Amino acid sequence: MDRALPLFLRGLLGYAGDMELMNVRNLACTRGGAAVLEGVNFTLSAGQVLLLRGPNGIGKTTLLRTLAGLQPAIEGAIETEPDTITYGAHADGLKSTLTVAENLEFWAQVYGMRDINPALDAFNLQNLKTRDAHNLSAGQKRRLGLARLLVTGRKIWALDEPTVSLDMASVELFADAVRAHCKAGGAALIATHIDLGIAADLLDLTANKAKPRDLAGFDEAFE
Amino acid sequence: MIAILIRDMRLAMRAGGGFGLGLAFFLIVVVLVPFGVGPQSAILAEIAPGILWVGALLACLLSLDRIFALDFEDGSLDLLATAPIPLEGVVAMKALAHWLTTGLPLTIAAPFLAVLLHMPQNGFVWLVITLATGTPALSFIGTFGAALTVGLKRGGLLLSLLVLPLYVPTLIFGAEALHRGMAGLDATTPLLMLAGITTGVIALLPFVAAATIRINLR
Repeated sequence: MDRALPLFLRGLLGYAGDMELMNVRNLACTRGGAAVLEGVNFTLSAGQVLLLRGPNGIGKTTLLRTLAGLQPAIEGAIETEPDTITYGAHADGLKSTLTVAENLEFWAQVYGMRDINPALDAFNLQNLKTRDAHNLSAGQKRRLGLARLLVTGRKIWALDEPTVSLDMASVELFADAVRAHCKAGGAALIATHIDLGIAADLLDLTANKAKPRDLAGFDEAFE
Repeated sequence: MIAILIRDMRLAMRAGGGFGLGLAFFLIVVVLVPFGVGPQSAILAEIAPGILWVGALLACLLSLDRIFALDFEDGSLDLLATAPIPLEGVVAMKALAHWLTTGLPLTIAAPFLAVLLHMPQNGFVWLVITLATGTPALSFIGTFGAALTVGLKRGGLLLSLLVLPLYVPTLIFGAEALHRGMAGLDATTPLLMLAGITTGVIALLPFVAAATIRINLR
């Protein structure tokens, strides 16, 4: 049934049901010239939250960076429409001498969005709007970094440890934002160690640890 | 893309942004040279074009490592690389912002500082023309160098070593055009060569720099 319904019809009907946003098959990624993950398979549908699990160093960040297009995969395929994914890294990408509103407005302009108020509301930043980013606490900076996701308008959020330095109330704000995003037909891929209280599927990467392989002939700089 | 230009200009103007760093350095060089060389105005007038050009070049070099290093450290370079704006456009805008905050102020300040070096008045116009033509090349070549060394800790030294040889043609033709213009000779050839270098690097280097950044971000 899903396959039979052409994409434009789904769009017309506002159909967000089981629509596949991303399909990853047999993916292998490298970090610093060594293979870290292999045979990663998953699909991500609209409205779905997928939590990445696995011990430190297994390659959660590497997987997210590969999916975001920051580094090439050594094998396998990532099927997704262009410009659907936005990446939220450990670093928030904030400019300390710009105010909260200026930081957010910049990213909104880059992504062609106008209104930053919904993002400020969602992460309770309205009263910090005119504060310089270097005067924010670590948790406030994180909230601003996460608010950036809302002004990108992208469907898939690929997030790396999004709740670091957030307090309980802010984690709840973040969970609400993810729920709202999924309800609107988006999806999220989150590497985290804590329980967010969101209905989510788990993707455990422990079994995907790459065996040592010969990468001769794979020139990382030019592939 | 205008958003990036505005952001970079704004960051440069704010506290600790590095605006004025190049200008201050240029001022110091030009003020110190007469003390070192001595007060003979004939000698000063003779060496003025070279000093002004070398000073402008070094002042440009001073702020190059800020172009990408700060964005790399706070993670915005990753985010810019995954943004819907082509990375080539990001690079070009950052180079333009660098020129607007260093090259352009240097060009405007140069005639005033040239007075300190007893430069003949007919040289002022040529000074402004050659610097206005040449300094964009310095910013774009420098942006390429900054892209090459992004992600390296203390990459500033390597950056200077990489970029200085690339700056030499711009310096030669810029200073030569200025010399000839001041002496009342025909300066068309060096000026055209200078303009050629500038337009060439503006057209080509953003693509090269964007490719290097993509590799460096892996």
